Amino acid sequence: MSVSVKSKALVLGTVFLILSTTFPAWAALGGDITSVQSDQLRMQGTIRTTAKGSYAVHEIQSAAGTVVREYVASAGDSAGKVFAVAWQGPYLPDMRQLLGSYFEQYAQAAKAQRNTRMRRAPVLIDEPGLTVQISGHPRSFNGRAYIPGMLPQGVPAEDIR
Amino acid sequence: MKDMRKFLGFAACFGMVFSVGCGGGSSSNNTNTTPPNTIASSGTNVVPITVNTGPSNSPYLYANGAFVSVTLCVPGTSTCQTIDEVLVDTGSFGLRIVSSPVLTLSLPQENAADGNPMVECLQFLDSYTWGPVQTADIQIGGEKASAVPIQVLSDTDYAVPGACSSPSGDSGSTDTVATLGANGILGIGQLPQDCGVNATCPANVNQYYSCASAIATCNPVASTVAQQVQNPVSLFTADNNGVIIELPAVSGAEATVSGSLVFGIGTQSNNGLGGATVYNADPSTLNFSTSFDGTNYSDAAFIDSGSNGYFFNDSGIATCSSNVDFFCPSSTLNLSATTQGFTTGSGTVDFNVANADTLFNQFPNDAAFSGLAGPAGSQAYFDWGLPFFYGRNVYTAIEGATAPGGTTPYWAY
Repeated sequence: MSVSVKSKALVLGTVFLILSTTFPAWAALGGDITSVQSDQLRMQGTIRTTAKGSYAVHEIQSAAGTVVREYVASAGDSAGKVFAVAWQGPYLPDMRQLLGSYFEQYAQAAKAQRNTRMRRAPVLIDEPGLTVQISGHPRSFNGRAYIPGMLPQGVPAEDIR
Repeated sequence: MKDMRKFLGFAACFGMVFSVGCGGGSSSNNTNTTPPNTIASSGTNVVPITVNTGPSNSPYLYANGAFVSVTLCVPGTSTCQTIDEVLVDTGSFGLRIVSSPVLTLSLPQENAADGNPMVECLQFLDSYTWGPVQTADIQIGGEKASAVPIQVLSDTDYAVPGACSSPSGDSGSTDTVATLGANGILGIGQLPQDCGVNATCPANVNQYYSCASAIATCNPVASTVAQQVQNPVSLFTADNNGVIIELPAVSGAEATVSGSLVFGIGTQSNNGLGGATVYNADPSTLNFSTSFDGTNYSDAAFIDSGSNGYFFNDSGIATCSSNVDFFCPSSTLNLSATTQGFTTGSGTVDFNVANADTLFNQFPNDAAFSGLAGPAGSQAYFDWGLPFFYGRNVYTAIEGATAPGGTTPYWAY
């Protein structure tokens, strides 16, 4: 089921966000549903939401051509929270924006990985509270990040793509 | 598909890796009937390429990094500087040089449309480069290109913006010899410019910035084709349609490896396609396809001299306990995959995957490892990194250029 939510309500909501935040609303991973809308704004994108039972996928098509999917739990302990993000396209998304409070953990882990024998290779971060995987090259990037403990019950990590 | 894997008596080979082949009379079977690749040794379009561990002042030893020397000059002058240990990267586009103390020349600054200095953020998978776009005449061997926009890597000339953050801060920057592991990167892949579009690079991809001063907040701006950092090969006056990387076969581990970087495809007597098969790339993604172990990486495979191993997924191969980002099979695996061009070209590639912990422990100072490989993550790509180039002449033809054998962009081998 695919529902367009590029509606008046969202427009009003995003206008409200613009007016109500002095700083850019850094968002996404671990954040609540409003962070999806601020991401959409920053990416100058269009959004499409698909309900998948225990979660909803908010797919943002950015003006630059990269598609970002944000996974929001619809029930359970992480209800209303973004438990995963995935992206695909010609450019990497703004990782600081997308990973929010998880960004520094990601950055440190990526640095440790790079320095083992100077890799220049896919990013594979598998820490207790954070998984990040990035692969590809300019014109064709692919990646995902999720918080394992926030995955809704019965949702396998393979669903995040 | 275990039948694709034959165990090689790898442990028994270690004492012999510097001898010819391995396992000649033993039970292991490494008979290679393919004649060695021919490596061009002279010509105005040929420069030596060396696989070594990188600049001596780098704290980390590069594994499977291929390096060349590049000469930069202040445009239109004979004030020049030759910089060695520049990484050869067919996965990026354009020349990037670490600022002082590596680059000592004072080069003219390129300006954005608003008149302020143009500064670039280029995001790699695990890091980024940041620094001003300046112009230089570039000479590599006998090839020359004039007034080429390059990136001068520096975290201190201009304030790094938040969106240049993959990752950010000093944890993600690779703007020094210590963090880059090289004095620079020579991006000679399939695109003539580095924004990935043969058009104005839009501001909203956060790649080019206008910086009013060293401390000002830099603003993302559009960058025209001519303003973007350029693949210097495209701007050479001759031999400008692509490159060939020619490296000899590597058996196990070797301290260093010497080969050639050849400019042009079919432009001189030393750079013809010969018997190489052309595999064209999808122009919209710069990928081709690879089938391996029952998985088809359709439009999701690429060849990249700047990746230091093969990267793909195989849950049947153990990852290492020490070098956790690499594979550590109990003995070396002989594997086979099928590579397929976007619309043309198909062929089998045999490769091997060795135990990276063992390689790095046994040969801590070596630079070249033929069996270095690792996992690539979910829904990932098949990345044919530098080991793919050992023993094989690999052609990379630039998008939009005319080259023999087919429509560019392509690889041939």
